[in-house]
Amino acid sequence: MAGPAASRLTRARTRAAWLFLAPMLVALALVAVWPLGRTVWFAFTDANLSDMGAAGFVGLANFEYLLTDPEWWRSVWNTLFFALVSVSIETVLGLAIALALNVHLPGRGLLRTAVLIPWAIPTIVSAQMWAWMLNDVFGVLNELLILLGIIDQGIAWTANPDTAIWAVIMVDVWKTTPFMALLLLAGLQMLPTECYEAAKVDGVHPVEVFWKVTLPLLMPALLVAVIFRLLDALRIFDAIYVLTGNNQATMSMSVYARQQLVDFQDVGFGSAASTLLFLTIALFTVIYLTLARIGSSQAEERP
Amino acid sequence: MSRRARRRLGRAGFYLLMALIVLYAVFPFYWAIVSSFKPGSEMFRIDFFPPPSLANYRAVFAEQPFGRNILNSLIVASSVVVLSLGLGLLAAFALGRIRFHGRSLLLFTILGVSMFPQVAVLSGMFELIRAMGLYNRLPSLILSYLIFTLPFTVWVLTTFIRALPKELEEAAIVDGAKPFTIVTRVFLPLLGPALITTGLLAFIAAWNEFLFALTFTLSGEQRTVPVAIALISGASAYELPWGNIMAASVVVTVPLIVLVLIFQRRIVSGLTAGAVKG
Repeated sequence: MAGPAASRLTRARTRAAWLFLAPMLVALALVAVWPLGRTVWFAFTDANLSDMGAAGFVGLANFEYLLTDPEWWRSVWNTLFFALVSVSIETVLGLAIALALNVHLPGRGLLRTAVLIPWAIPTIVSAQMWAWMLNDVFGVLNELLILLGIIDQGIAWTANPDTAIWAVIMVDVWKTTPFMALLLLAGLQMLPTECYEAAKVDGVHPVEVFWKVTLPLLMPALLVAVIFRLLDALRIFDAIYVLTGNNQATMSMSVYARQQLVDFQDVGFGSAASTLLFLTIALFTVIYLTLARIGSSQAEERP
Repeated sequence: MSRRARRRLGRAGFYLLMALIVLYAVFPFYWAIVSSFKPGSEMFRIDFFPPPSLANYRAVFAEQPFGRNILNSLIVASSVVVLSLGLGLLAAFALGRIRFHGRSLLLFTILGVSMFPQVAVLSGMFELIRAMGLYNRLPSLILSYLIFTLPFTVWVLTTFIRALPKELEEAAIVDGAKPFTIVTRVFLPLLGPALITTGLLAFIAAWNEFLFALTFTLSGEQRTVPVAIALISGASAYELPWGNIMAASVVVTVPLIVLVLIFQRRIVSGLTAGAVKG
């Protein structure tokens, strides 16, 4: 094609590109950018849920109060503790399952189907299912532990402040480990086979192959999966709301913000809490996107 | 120990581990099914193979508008899927097929939006929904769910569209086809599998959503399934009707499991396209 004609075509295509993008961009501006901007604005006001229009500017007052509220710090600590512990367990378990799924043995399909089931179930439903299994009087878990002689009497898993956060972690690990396993499996399947053949020829022990070949090669995929999960864990709401309600012992930042916003009708204060949660997650997102971008540019360079 | 015995032991250990994983994954669901078939008096006895009774299933539909809740969830999730796929397909064509300035930045901004914590937009969204007169109505959920389904749909469809061969489009351009015709006539038929995968994942995400549904609806008639199940309550806080809760859980989960069983390969490819291939 001749020069001018080609550039005219390019210009026409660029115009078409923006035309095609416009509906999606308008929709995202309406449901994401605008509400986020309004939330940040409310964080600096004394807005009330019953009459949000009457909001008055109060400067940093909400943030000042928030930073002195022990309940807020409790929820920050709960969220971080939950996110770090549950994602660590999910990573180790998920890696084990991914390695098992990557071995070509009979029964692999069954295993893959089995791990997908917890993923597909709504979080609310899995939380209710576990709440029933963890019931202090009639729960099957207490019953089994008593039967095995590990405990003498039932533990009130979700009511006891010491065990409640572990109950939430248990549910989350059950629900999201499959997702982790699938992400890691995809990573494992992209690894070059040459290294493994070489290791086999040299007679290297499988455990050593894992530490010296698999793990270093899998690291980029592993990091991306961990951060992806971490972002998700930091905004936890559903499981905590169902398992322990507004119990302080397990309250996460999302639960705290919603409680201020809806139950106490204090939109200004709740928005300040939401904004801080948003900033925390934004920080992790930037790290994730940087990693993902480096990863994708490396992938494109490969032949 | 001989080498062969050791290998056998290793293999037995491996299968034992797999069996444990399957048990851990499946048991809670099995237990929910078993509990859902126990009538009230049997509920509090630990019995692994009880004779089935449908009392709880009847009760869950009689004591609250659960049928209506299921219909609500179906309406919301299907509308969200149709909207996201329509908007997403057009956007994905632009992002996957046309080189223009700022494309990569735009793509990563969209991915960034999918990481938004829902709570971060809650008060702004509440105001918007009230201003549009949608509070306690299903369209409020259809609108707000776009915040998580749309970025994800665009992202996954872009990945799929990029993988299609370039020659297809070039032939159409030489024939003088307009971009919109190229999307509907060339890409749409080829993207069937990708649209099913993405639509399915968006459907599951919308079906399972809780925070917005809890906040933007008020009356039992307008609730979606997760809210209805979370808010099933008994005579007092200490007498939750666990049989009803388990029956409701089974009712909404079985269709999802069937979908997973049918489409598991597609779901896996969609999930990993959304996160790893970045």
